Amino acid sequence: MVYRGPYKVRVEEKDIPRIEHPNDAIVRVTKAAICGSDLHLYHGLMTDLRIGHTFGHEFIGIVHEVGSSVQNLKVGDRVMVPFNIYCGSCFFCARGLWSNCHNVNANATAVGGIYGYSHTTGGFDGGQADYVRVPFADVGPAIIPDWLDEEDALLMTDALSTGYFGAQLGDIVEGDTVVVLGAGPVGLYAAKSAWLMGAGRVIVVDHLDYRLEKAATFAHAETINFAEVDDLIVLLKKETDGLGADVVIEAVGAEADGNLLQHITGSKLKLQGGSPIALNWAIDGVRKGGTVSILGAYGPIFSAIKFGDAVNKGLTLRMNQAPVKRQWPRLLEHIKAGYLKPSDIVTHRIPLEHIAEGYHMFSSKLDGCIKTIVLPSAA
Amino acid sequence: MAYISEKTHPNPSAAELRARIPGWGADLDPVNRPSFPRERRDLDSGAHWDYPEEQPRDPSREKSIEHLQLTPVYGTAQPLKGFSGAIRRFAYERFSEARAAHWLLLILGDRVDAIEEHLRSFATLRPDNPITQTGVLSEFRRHPIKSRFGSKRADVKHMWLDPILVAGPWVLAGYVVYRVFRGKKG
Repeated sequence: MVYRGPYKVRVEEKDIPRIEHPNDAIVRVTKAAICGSDLHLYHGLMTDLRIGHTFGHEFIGIVHEVGSSVQNLKVGDRVMVPFNIYCGSCFFCARGLWSNCHNVNANATAVGGIYGYSHTTGGFDGGQADYVRVPFADVGPAIIPDWLDEEDALLMTDALSTGYFGAQLGDIVEGDTVVVLGAGPVGLYAAKSAWLMGAGRVIVVDHLDYRLEKAATFAHAETINFAEVDDLIVLLKKETDGLGADVVIEAVGAEADGNLLQHITGSKLKLQGGSPIALNWAIDGVRKGGTVSILGAYGPIFSAIKFGDAVNKGLTLRMNQAPVKRQWPRLLEHIKAGYLKPSDIVTHRIPLEHIAEGYHMFSSKLDGCIKTIVLPSAA
Repeated sequence: MAYISEKTHPNPSAAELRARIPGWGADLDPVNRPSFPRERRDLDSGAHWDYPEEQPRDPSREKSIEHLQLTPVYGTAQPLKGFSGAIRRFAYERFSEARAAHWLLLILGDRVDAIEEHLRSFATLRPDNPITQTGVLSEFRRHPIKSRFGSKRADVKHMWLDPILVAGPWVLAGYVVYRVFRGKKG
């Protein structure tokens, strides 16, 4: 698929990518997914997003070709590829900050490399395609265990790992009340993960009833439809003895709804680095001394965030892109133990040829769409 | 309700939650949390180099001026070109990521790129088609009414903006072309 301008994508023929570095691999994609953060690209919110760019940072596939220095993979291996592109050896990678690599993104120092996520994250085409270039093949990809379902493997490449990471950022202690803003895939996984960390109560907030139903069944969470309440923060305070939640996990990002002015200035007119509604609800809804975990993706320009209240409440704000591969060993244990079944949230599977439909359906929240898997023609 | 030193309504007990939620508390001990502590020096990333080999240098490759060098690996997906490329190159060469001008110029570059590429597509056998490329033709297969109405959805309030944002520039461009041709005939 290629981007043709805001709200427009289509399938085009491109050359198969070539090895450009001795540690590159070329992977034939067998499954990809559309991520909520792909919608920020689709809507033209990310900067330096060039016409012709191929999206897709959630994908698995089969190794088609390897560069001369690749040691850990061989042609024919079935691999899952974390959305982070990273060298494994720079100052940040050496400290486990694998989502913050300094050696892969020439275009910006503030963000590492991400597949198919504009030139602001390095200018690498993504995996909603038949083939993709995978830099540092000895570092990022891992062979998919034989026992692991392919869709579960696919969801580990971002959404599940990010949700699980977000629950960790909340520093949850036993019995905490955790509010998750957003019942998309990442929010659902964060809510489910909060229980693993020992939460005493998990409340998920969204405005889409069908997603809240999934939060109740998949993540065992209490739910609130913010569009049906007069003031979400007042309700959250009432639900928490007037204190606020111990932890709020923000799993919404740049296109948050709930305040028309903020949505239009931040999301439609691009006058902010995204709509800060969910961030501000997180600051308002958490208790004094509490922790806000931020998973939502935002653009690089300024947003109107209520920082004064965050200071006055003594909050801890924690955030990062998930260092995906760090999560995998423990997540595999949880999947094997039956605590997590990531593919339970998949609602649609479409051929790559129908990519425009897939994006429109996801963007407009049609047909009960939560998670869409894309099947390339070469799969 | 009086504010006291403990929560007035405590959450369910660990035993109750463990019985109800599969895996409850499996990661209660931070030691079991893979991102704790945030920075660790004992992880094996798989890298077998102190500094990776460098991808062949492309002197025309743009980079942030906050970087001391072109990164050893870089993306080559869509090299800079055209007027949009000149705008983007100016943004990269003149302004750091800390400057609003850097990002605002990149946003301008994106819009100019879209115009350039739409025009270029009209000289090909596959011109841009905003109807098929937006996927709107799939609406009727995807329960457009039931999905949008019957429950409270916050985004319904501003959905009317989307067609204007998508189709507006095309309608405006068509009107400009129409006026130019009419002007020439007159």
